[in-house]
Amino acid sequence: MTEPALALTDVDFSWPGRGGFSLSCPSFEMARGESVLLLGASGSGKSTLLSLVCGIVAADRGRVDVDGTDIGSLSAGARDRFRAERIGVIFQQFNLLPYARVADNILLPLRFAPERRRRAADASHEAARLCAALGLPEGVLTLPSGRLSVGQQQRVAVARALIGSPPLIVADEPTSALDANTQDTFLSLLFDQAGRAGSSLLMVSHDERLGHRFDRVIRLEDIVTTERTAA
Amino acid sequence: MILRLAIGSLWARALTVGMTVLAISLSVALFLGVEKVRAGARASFADTISGTDLIVGARSGSVQLLLYSVFRIGNATNNVTWESYQDIAARPEVDWIVPISLGDSHRQFRVMGTTQGFFEHYKYRGGRPLQIPDGHGLEDLYDAVIGADVAATLGYAVGDPIVVAHGLASFTEHADQPFRVAGIIAKTGTPVDRTVIISMEAIEAIHVDWQSGARVPGQTTPVDVIRQMDLTPTAITAALVGVKSRLQIFGLQRWINEYPEEPLLAILPGVALGELWQIVGVAETALIGVSAMVVVTALLGMMAMIFSSLNERRREMAIWRAMGARPATILGLLVLEAALMAALGAALGIALLYLGLAVAQPWVDAAFGIWLPIQPPTAREAWVLVGVIGAAALASLLPALRAYRLSLADGMMVRI
Repeated sequence: MTEPALALTDVDFSWPGRGGFSLSCPSFEMARGESVLLLGASGSGKSTLLSLVCGIVAADRGRVDVDGTDIGSLSAGARDRFRAERIGVIFQQFNLLPYARVADNILLPLRFAPERRRRAADASHEAARLCAALGLPEGVLTLPSGRLSVGQQQRVAVARALIGSPPLIVADEPTSALDANTQDTFLSLLFDQAGRAGSSLLMVSHDERLGHRFDRVIRLEDIVTTERTAA
Repeated sequence: MILRLAIGSLWARALTVGMTVLAISLSVALFLGVEKVRAGARASFADTISGTDLIVGARSGSVQLLLYSVFRIGNATNNVTWESYQDIAARPEVDWIVPISLGDSHRQFRVMGTTQGFFEHYKYRGGRPLQIPDGHGLEDLYDAVIGADVAATLGYAVGDPIVVAHGLASFTEHADQPFRVAGIIAKTGTPVDRTVIISMEAIEAIHVDWQSGARVPGQTTPVDVIRQMDLTPTAITAALVGVKSRLQIFGLQRWINEYPEEPLLAILPGVALGELWQIVGVAETALIGVSAMVVVTALLGMMAMIFSSLNERRREMAIWRAMGARPATILGLLVLEAALMAALGAALGIALLYLGLAVAQPWVDAAFGIWLPIQPPTAREAWVLVGVIGAAALASLLPALRAYRLSLADGMMVRI
């Protein structure tokens, strides 16, 4: 039996001193290579959940296993390294360092992840391949990221998340800044490349219409309970 | 790659970073400039007199003797008799000796009686002789050679008449015996610039009709009679002495200090200058303090600039964190940026300094007689630059620590 790409078990977490927002997730699992859409409105705890999955914060109780490793047992520094090695992250927008060239942006996570760099083999060649596969114009690698359109920037973010084929891709509403047409192309490209890399895809969105592309669609409130005690 | 990104990040904020770098560079240039001027002033001060091995005068303090014999500040308490002078001149160690007689003035400038030997032996700034581009030295009894400042202030040219006043700030003039400007000494940056030089004999001549500091009533000896008189001085104020071998300086100094006929004092000009500089040097410490505060101010400005940039950079920090950068990496990035800004500022400051030196050097020399040498940075200056960069890195730690805490709290999710 292969280990799940992501598994949360009996997780309890509350932000220290921040309006007493707490979240618990009794059980959630994602198989390797699976794509899951988490539906949730803002304030439903998705940011907290993603922070837990990415190891930015550690659960107070329970386990968060990513690719077979309980990241709660790692030190903060080791979690940062683990995130660089195993997880590709795509934000809603403003994904890139605007002053850095596209190539530097794509290669940045490899800077903190030696194993992933080895997996990527010839990293700059791989970056060029991903850019081409994602339909980015030739020569884009040497451009400053700030000059790209929003749609192009999101694709570069995908290339950055996918380089070195991390087992888990976490995407936080990556399409919300795109118009309907571009959304569709963007998602097709994302799915193609994630499938090719064998990465699981965990995407958070409030847009139910995207659901048909995913293996599973889950409402956030079905797997987590949140509580906000007045501070 | 981190370095390239740090440079890219700075470049993207070229305006604010540029202003900060400019502030740092100006402060660095000012600090090093003050250092240069200080060193130049000190060197010029120490170079006021060179080539003279001993200064001899009546017994008083060594600083006092230096002040009145070289800087023409204050007055001698006593004179040295002509006999003592001749005894010293007769010593086998003595290579040359030049007498100095002070006490009279012309307008605000001191008059100094001496011999032609003064022009041969008085050296300044590492052995430079006095030069008289205009006119000639002391030839006639009533020749006066004036310093550059005297000529410039009073508008004198060669051939102009000069009347010497008795004493300092006095209204009694030696009007019966006018002098003629025979030569004007090129600017030296020493007290010579502010001196009217006449011969020892002339000092005697103008005092022929004087006794105990007052004119003998009704007595006026005609000039042609005076010219025939024996004008050997009876006393001098001080003497500059050169010895044949430097090894003999201390022996001669002891001999003069123990001279039995009269209480005398012989000083080494360099030593006395050092003592004097210790008194004057308090001002230089204040200058350094002020310019150091300017550097501190520039670094504080940089700190404020980093602080204010933190908020708009939270998104950027979140990207770094999401890519797997540890909070410590973000702290390091900010410190690196600060060090880069300081290094750029320091380099620019050095460039400004040398540009300023190149422009100001001739002017400062002409106006103040301070020679600012243009040399590669000294080890001390290099340490100052390293210190500025280090201090910048240190100052940036405060905002960087705040960024560290922010990035810990924000993680990858910034709610702006």
